[in-house]
Amino acid sequence: MAAALGASPPAAPPAVVRPPRELTSSWPLADRLGYWACWATGIGLCAIAAAIVLFMFVKGISTLRPSLFVESPAPSLRQSQSGGFLDPLVGTLIVTAIGIVLAAPAGVAIAAWLSEYGRPTWLARAVESTIETIAGVPSVVLAIFGLIIFSQSFLGFLSQRTVNGTVTATSFLVAGAVMALLALPLIFGATREALAQLPGRLREGSYALGKTRITTIRTVLLPAIRPGLASGIVLGIGRIVGDTAIVVFLLGETLKNEPANGVPLLGTLRGTGSTLTSYVYKNSPAGEGNAPQKAYAAAFVLMVIVLVLNATVTRLTSGGRPGGGNAFRLLKYWPLGR
Amino acid sequence: MILGASNQADRRVGAGARADKRAERTLGALSASVLLLITLMVVTVGINAWPSFSANGLSWFGPGGDVVTQFRAMHAGIPLPGHELLYFRAWPLIWGTLVVTVISVAIALVVATLAAVFMTEFAPAPVRRMLEPVVRLLAGVPSVVYGLIGILAIVPWVNENLISNARRQSVAYVVQLSGADLATAALILTIMIVPIMIALSADALASVPVAWREGSTALGVNRWRTIWRVSLRTARPALAAATVLATARALGEAIMLAMVSGGRPFAANPLDGLTFFFEPVQPLGATIVQEFGGATTGPVASTIYAIAAVLLFSAALLSFAGWAVKQPLKRYGIGV
Repeated sequence: MAAALGASPPAAPPAVVRPPRELTSSWPLADRLGYWACWATGIGLCAIAAAIVLFMFVKGISTLRPSLFVESPAPSLRQSQSGGFLDPLVGTLIVTAIGIVLAAPAGVAIAAWLSEYGRPTWLARAVESTIETIAGVPSVVLAIFGLIIFSQSFLGFLSQRTVNGTVTATSFLVAGAVMALLALPLIFGATREALAQLPGRLREGSYALGKTRITTIRTVLLPAIRPGLASGIVLGIGRIVGDTAIVVFLLGETLKNEPANGVPLLGTLRGTGSTLTSYVYKNSPAGEGNAPQKAYAAAFVLMVIVLVLNATVTRLTSGGRPGGGNAFRLLKYWPLGR
Repeated sequence: MILGASNQADRRVGAGARADKRAERTLGALSASVLLLITLMVVTVGINAWPSFSANGLSWFGPGGDVVTQFRAMHAGIPLPGHELLYFRAWPLIWGTLVVTVISVAIALVVATLAAVFMTEFAPAPVRRMLEPVVRLLAGVPSVVYGLIGILAIVPWVNENLISNARRQSVAYVVQLSGADLATAALILTIMIVPIMIALSADALASVPVAWREGSTALGVNRWRTIWRVSLRTARPALAAATVLATARALGEAIMLAMVSGGRPFAANPLDGLTFFFEPVQPLGATIVQEFGGATTGPVASTIYAIAAVLLFSAALLSFAGWAVKQPLKRYGIGV
């Protein structure tokens, strides 16, 4: 270093001349085929996504009426008289709210513990792989688990009891609680990813000022990863909004929201109902309703919600700011089997 | 670096440090409760599934009779002649699950690998920026919407255009072909699992050391060969892990499959040639959705819990396998 300083300043390196982009025309045929197969796959994926969105828009616009948003579902075989999806819309809101309220603090807390404390190491490792396992558990199995747990009689206050005393285990509270398990891995993953992206100097600066780790987490780290947190929560919302299996098992058979007796708000939460997804399922030929127009209309609303959430995540994570996280990588916490 | 700083924070005595210790314990306890949760899940589902398994033994997984008849007997509470009330043989369901999963994972592996290579190597920046939201959208479309498109658009189309009358009659003595079948189910399932495979594979391809690829390019190897021989070969364990995890997701899919796979627990027969792909199946997850009658106890519930236990066990096993197969990557210092 010192010798280099003493010597005459080195000549400026010759300007790098970049060769033009390698042309594929010189490649062997097999390689060129592979190259074009890659392009075809990329374009094909875009085409499939566009086809799905377009199809739902065409079907949605031809079946959607403003009145559908303000009418409750009514039992009728005629599609013109079977009402709208006000109750499912409200149901989706309630279930999502309960799920996120439960999952967000837990997910953030676990991620914060794992990245900032993480001792003993074996426990940290076990917790991390457990959360990945939870992300891999099919939601229909989560629904069955919820059914078994919440039909225990000491948890009867969360749902309702039938005349002979058994607990139904079907209510908004129960469905929301199990939904939290779907959002938990996503919120955990987003927080963890964002915390890992933060530069070390943020923490060091705070420690140098004599702050404890918990104060650092609360006042420095969590505010810094707000966009990452937000994208985790939005992904969690998308996951909950799109789930059908848990709703079918844990929210009862009714399409209308039927409150339990008792306090107004609590009664609704303990009562049964439906969400947009279960409304689509029950109105499709697979369910008992068989009202394809209603199903298309509700599915269109679902698609719009999903598209808006997707755009929000893209906005939140664009630019690659530290603390924004990478929503694309979070797909590994995205369970299928809704 | 961070550890050193936190040790300094530890050394401080006083109220702040005590509060920090308390916070560490609280957060740690909360995190550890996740372990309790999964244990509770395995134990409760296992206990509730036990009656079905103990009544049938290992034959639970074997062939023997029609699943629909067995469920009907359990619903009615009248045992089938010569059998217990809990008599159940899940082979048609297991076979349906395996066939649908294997077909869709095999197609998805090719599609996802090509797409991941495209996204990490060939796609110009604007195209890549557009592809990420597109892939996330494909993952985000609710499965009931996939199912709806399947049952209202694809199934009728397949029924009218792809199934000839001769084909229909060739299997009419065992099953009716309706267009809700193995091929439709596997195709839609492929679209549903491709996003997660792309995400995991692209992640692995992007973390292959640049120097290795540059070394190959410097030797005059073209970009495609470099990807094939260096990037994909290095990332092979990660691709395997992506496949395993996608398999776990495919096994658990229920709602979409309940809508488009035909809803008949029929063990599609590969000896039927092409007709095989147009025969209905009913995977395990779809069975849970279709046969659950609302009862939380009794023979039907116990059988349903047993199916759920099989799915839970496979999901956990595959999660572990996914972790195990990517361990060789640590050798290269690539943590994915």
